[in-house]
Amino acid sequence: MNKMPEIVLFFLAKIKKLALHFKKKKKMKEIMMVYYMEAKSARISGRKVAWITSGGPVEPLIAMDVIPVYPENHGAMIGASKMGTDLCEKSESMGYSSDLCSYARSDIACATVNGGPIGGLPRPDMLICCNNICGTVLKWYEVQARYFNVPLFIFDTPFCHVGYAEEVQRYVRSQLDEYVLFLEKACGKKMDSDHLKAVGKLSLEGQRLWQAVLATTANSPAPMTAFDAFYHLALIVTLRGTPLVIDYYTQLLEKMKDRVARGIGAIPNEKYRLLWDNIPIWPRTRWLSEKLASHNACLVADTYTSAWCGTTKYIDENNFFDSMAEAYTRIYLNIGVDEMARIVLEMVDMYKVDGIVMHSNRSCKPYSLGQYDIQKIVEKERGIPCLMIEADMVDERSFSESQVSTRIDAFMEIIKERKGA
Amino acid sequence: MITAGIDIGSITTKAAVMAEGKIRGTKVVFTGYNAEQAGTKVYEELLAELGMEKSDVGRIVSTGYGRNSVKFMDKAMTEIICHGAGAHYLNPRARSVIDIGGQDSKAIVLDEKGKVKNFAMNDKCAAGTGRFLEVMARALEVDLDGFGTLSLRAGDPSRISSLCTVFAESEVISLISKGENRENIIAGIHESIAARIAAMANRLRIAPLVVMTGGVAKNIGVVKALERKIGMAVEVSEYAQVNGAIGAAFLAAGLK
Ligand code: SF4
Repeated sequence: MNKMPEIVLFFLAKIKKLALHFKKKKKMKEIMMVYYMEAKSARISGRKVAWITSGGPVEPLIAMDVIPVYPENHGAMIGASKMGTDLCEKSESMGYSSDLCSYARSDIACATVNGGPIGGLPRPDMLICCNNICGTVLKWYEVQARYFNVPLFIFDTPFCHVGYAEEVQRYVRSQLDEYVLFLEKACGKKMDSDHLKAVGKLSLEGQRLWQAVLATTANSPAPMTAFDAFYHLALIVTLRGTPLVIDYYTQLLEKMKDRVARGIGAIPNEKYRLLWDNIPIWPRTRWLSEKLASHNACLVADTYTSAWCGTTKYIDENNFFDSMAEAYTRIYLNIGVDEMARIVLEMVDMYKVDGIVMHSNRSCKPYSLGQYDIQKIVEKERGIPCLMIEADMVDERSFSESQVSTRIDAFMEIIKERKGA
Repeated sequence: MITAGIDIGSITTKAAVMAEGKIRGTKVVFTGYNAEQAGTKVYEELLAELGMEKSDVGRIVSTGYGRNSVKFMDKAMTEIICHGAGAHYLNPRARSVIDIGGQDSKAIVLDEKGKVKNFAMNDKCAAGTGRFLEVMARALEVDLDGFGTLSLRAGDPSRISSLCTVFAESEVISLISKGENRENIIAGIHESIAARIAAMANRLRIAPLVVMTGGVAKNIGVVKALERKIGMAVEVSEYAQVNGAIGAAFLAAGLK
């Protein structure tokens, strides 16, 4: 490569300095800002960028010094900044169905206009698609591979209704080797297996810390709410396998433990404890949290943020690479409804909740399918009520405030009645 | 004590006044675009009819989508709780309530004290609501009040397969152009609503006695179709349309 122009060098040095500064302070907003700045300047710094699905195996990317970028995380940002509806409409005018997942719709539209809160994602050098979350991502990533004309790696994880068969392990494990070959070709260098091991260790440690952070809300009052978890989640999704994650969650854990010790609750007067199911309604998280708090109800846990630490039991610390095949295959959205219900029941007990709020998400079929069955199982086994809210994680056209408001009020009336308040 | 309940719905606004546990009077007006005005109007008019003053009324509970738009109530409660309470008041044997309102429909399961055990709502889609019937009545150029009795004369109800109001409307229009008779089409429309409601009610595992409330309960065709679909008798009180307001007035008496 030719000598870089001075202005570029200056710019890179600035980012580095900023990064160092923020890494010490460990504020989420700044960390994410630096992360996206680094990703966006990858071309000038000579690094590669890979787009990857939220449940995809990211550790080999980190080990190869590739910057992973998550269209779904971007979708959440678009939703939270209420820019989703415009982008969804844009994709519909491009010919995509309004029944398609709104992350996919907003991402596909955003790529063509560089819109959204951060002016679009950096151009990918490769795409990594793992179908452990849904089938939508296959077509979505194929569309983007064509659009950007970059190689696509598909990591295929069979659905595991119950258990985990030997042949599934063989099949998934063999793809990990193909994955490494794909990366080596795309990056033009060999994988350093020692480095990969180290990244694996950090990833597992990060997941355990995240689990510990979430577990603090088993205390009453809960030191944080699921709405806080939605916010703090970004790092375990995007940067697991890096030391930054460890530092951030270590600090967060200390803070939460301190709040527990001092009996400080996340909402002023926690009387009722609720569990959330499905992806947040991003444009409405603030409204919803205020609505629930007005009933003295706290969302103490959720099935969504815990999905990024739900399979640590399958990971072998000393053999991360082999065992991650199982961990990535048996995630929450890739198991049968009975298994999902079992996990929900465990959470009901662990977090001592009075009811469940289920978001029937127009976008995400794999997450929403089976909710009525889970509802029935929970009502039968634990006798607590479940509320169903119909909405969408990004597309505000699927949200009706007065209707959701009535349902929540009625649900809280039932819970208050039951708890005799 | 005299209490009042005001149920401000999307299409109609209802009021009920009770004294010492007895219904003294009820009234229904159209909501129009101003929910607060409708709530105030129905309340004042009902009081005037009953020869009462505002100062005679001890407590007021509002309910329905516009429950927070009036300011003179002591408490706003959701229509789910109020419909449950109203159904229980009118018939203590009621264990399930099916309410088909203007813009939503709901199924409610009650315990023996009239407390809500569980509920399900359809509020995302016009199919399965009073609005669906209105659209169909317009397409058929039939007065909605005649729907019930007309459908009872159907020999062979048409099949309306679309789940969507807009698609169902075009299905109805093509049935009309094919020369299908009106009675059969109307009966088919009722079957289609009943199928939707039954799916929601069954999900909730409703149990007898089932009562139906809301304006659509006046339509005998829907009631009969619903009975067939859920395999249970459905009772309709003469107060079905004002059931929510009665529940609100009843609950107002128990406020602490
Ligand atoms: S359908 Fe669900 S799992 Fe798939 S990309 Fe959309 S939100 Fe994610």
